[in-house]
Amino acid sequence: MTVAINCEETGKKLQEVFPGSVISTGKADIVVDANKLLEVAGYLKNTAGLDFDYLTFVTAVDFLDYMEIVYRLVSLKHNQSLILKTRCYDRENPVVPSVVSLWRAAYYQEREIFDLFGIKFDGHPDMRRLLLWEGFVGHPLRRDYL
Amino acid sequence: MEIIRPPVFTPQEADLAEGQLINSFYAQCTSQIPDPDRWLEEKLQRNLLLTTVDTAIAWARQRSIFPLMFGLACCAFEMIGMAASRFDVSRFGMDIFRWSPRQADLMIVAGTVTWKMAPAIRMVYDQMPEPKWVIAMGACAVSGGTFRESYSVVPGINHILPVDVYIPGCPPRPEGLIYGITQLHAKMIKGTIDNPNLSLK
Amino acid sequence: MTIRTEPFYLNIGPQHPSTHGVFRLRVTLDGEVVVGLEPIIGYLHRGIEKLAETRTYTQNIPFTDRLDYLSSMTNNLAYCMAVEKVGAVKVPERAEYLRIIFSEIMRISSHMMAVGFFLNDLGAMMTPVLYMWREREKIMDMFEMVCGQRLLYNYMRVGGVSQDLPEAFMPAVKKFLAEMPRYIDEYDQLLAQNEILLARSKGVGVLSRDTAIAIGASGPVLRASGVKWDIRKMDPYSIYDRFDFEVPTGDSGDCYDRYWVRMLEIRQSVRILEQAIAQIPAKGPICADVPQFFRPPRGEAYGYVEAPKGNIGFYIVSDGSIAPYRVHIYPPTLINITALQDMVMGWKVADLIIIFGSIDVVLGEIDR
Repeated sequence: MTVAINCEETGKKLQEVFPGSVISTGKADIVVDANKLLEVAGYLKNTAGLDFDYLTFVTAVDFLDYMEIVYRLVSLKHNQSLILKTRCYDRENPVVPSVVSLWRAAYYQEREIFDLFGIKFDGHPDMRRLLLWEGFVGHPLRRDYL
Repeated sequence: MEIIRPPVFTPQEADLAEGQLINSFYAQCTSQIPDPDRWLEEKLQRNLLLTTVDTAIAWARQRSIFPLMFGLACCAFEMIGMAASRFDVSRFGMDIFRWSPRQADLMIVAGTVTWKMAPAIRMVYDQMPEPKWVIAMGACAVSGGTFRESYSVVPGINHILPVDVYIPGCPPRPEGLIYGITQLHAKMIKGTIDNPNLSLK
Repeated sequence: MTIRTEPFYLNIGPQHPSTHGVFRLRVTLDGEVVVGLEPIIGYLHRGIEKLAETRTYTQNIPFTDRLDYLSSMTNNLAYCMAVEKVGAVKVPERAEYLRIIFSEIMRISSHMMAVGFFLNDLGAMMTPVLYMWREREKIMDMFEMVCGQRLLYNYMRVGGVSQDLPEAFMPAVKKFLAEMPRYIDEYDQLLAQNEILLARSKGVGVLSRDTAIAIGASGPVLRASGVKWDIRKMDPYSIYDRFDFEVPTGDSGDCYDRYWVRMLEIRQSVRILEQAIAQIPAKGPICADVPQFFRPPRGEAYGYVEAPKGNIGFYIVSDGSIAPYRVHIYPPTLINITALQDMVMGWKVADLIIIFGSIDVVLGEIDR
């Protein structure tokens, strides 16, 4: 049974290793600061005992004050799962570091988030629109797109 | 207001009237009515069929349509189902689904059309030689369907191409698609050589 | 005399017989050998995620049918599970059995289509497709008996299913299951040791185990590469833990393994169906008491199932109103083609077509 890991404990461990990275931990998710995202993700992937080597989905949700990017990580070896979130407060020019170097599964999903929300991923080798055509004006899945 | 009712006969009166009609037929129809093509020779009568050139060519066109496989989404699978052995469309002569538009004369647009795909559809339509017909199959091709309000869906294929037959349904059953094709046959038989689509130009 | 060569760019365009839908590939060729590949998608992007924010939870279920239109029941199930997780709805027993029965029948139908069109790409024109269509018509008759539709069912509801079984359904399913092993044996006799299939697909388009995990593949593509990850066993949803079945895996991750894993999964689905039909309670409620305008509490949930093509999942964020705040659809086939360039590099154009066919994509799911 894929168990969601205990987010409080993991949050505390992450806070020890990378001070200032964890913003909050919920019942099933950990919210991390966007600047420390790559280090935290690398730690989650490579540490024995956590071993989150399988990335399921990457998506974004537009709460009007901020945009939240959600990652779901699964460890095939230990049969555990974790939801990692990060927030982006800038609406004009949102930039978030890309995790493509760690998990190739994010390749198309980050391009799709750029297409539909406008969030640029720093470090992605090919940041272009995926589903809509070149020259489409706007980012449709934002809440203020009509 | 006076309500006018038609006269109602009792069963005996109806029988008497019918008997009078049969008697009059028996008295009048004594000799044979000659055949309409009696002016032809006997041998030719058995081997010739007389019609107009337009009807003959329209009949040939309607009974051997080469459809173009243009399945875009879910309706494509009901189109393949129509071509499969249960609903067998090859009894209508539409056996071979052509893949190249240059060899086809009917384009069945089956599925949702998006603005990104629209130039490709127009290019394929332009590559088809005359005479050509278009069937819009499914709610999405007819009017945009469930996705009509979306930012990227064309609200009906007739924004891009002229359409001859619209087949509603989501997806339409293969029987529905065959009914649409028979409607197209009924339209084709009225066409002439130089105006097969019954258009005004 | 030196001959100068230069790479050739080929566009395998959106309208093409073998692209299984409106999929476009920009291929860089050196002669006939593929040296580069770029998939271009979005020709069927209908904006379902945006439209789903303006419809109620139950009105979104027909949208989920149209994603992977060859296996609509599993899409419905994933969405309903996600909404039930957000709203903490308990599904009655008979409804759980009905859901599993229809998911497994759907799996048989979808895998037969996948294998049939894979062989179509190999060149065996329409023969395997029409053989397998014979069974699929029987399956579609069964579905039509229950919910009135042949292709896009809209059968599951939040909290159960929408209609109960008519009387003629159980005898039809039992007859189908009694005949099915004989039909699968017939396909195996024609296909499993077929020389052309072996020569063209063994060793072709290998997806290694590490690449498969790195790209987040799922479904038969992942299992054919040797990773034994099936959500029905690893993270059982609904009542899959009551059934006894195996998870077939392949060893090398080539096209033949992906085809063979699908044929074995059809056999396992028949096994699960026989057990489910024996265990289903004869009477009972088929849907929980959920109001028409369902207002789940604020929160979010991810509901996912083992669909025939991978792990389809729905991430739903709810803000307490009658429509979801955000619905994200996780498309397994889009993730499975992330490694298409790795699999095809060095092979010829004809092999590219069958490698793409063996991944079994449906464009409705990739583009949403």
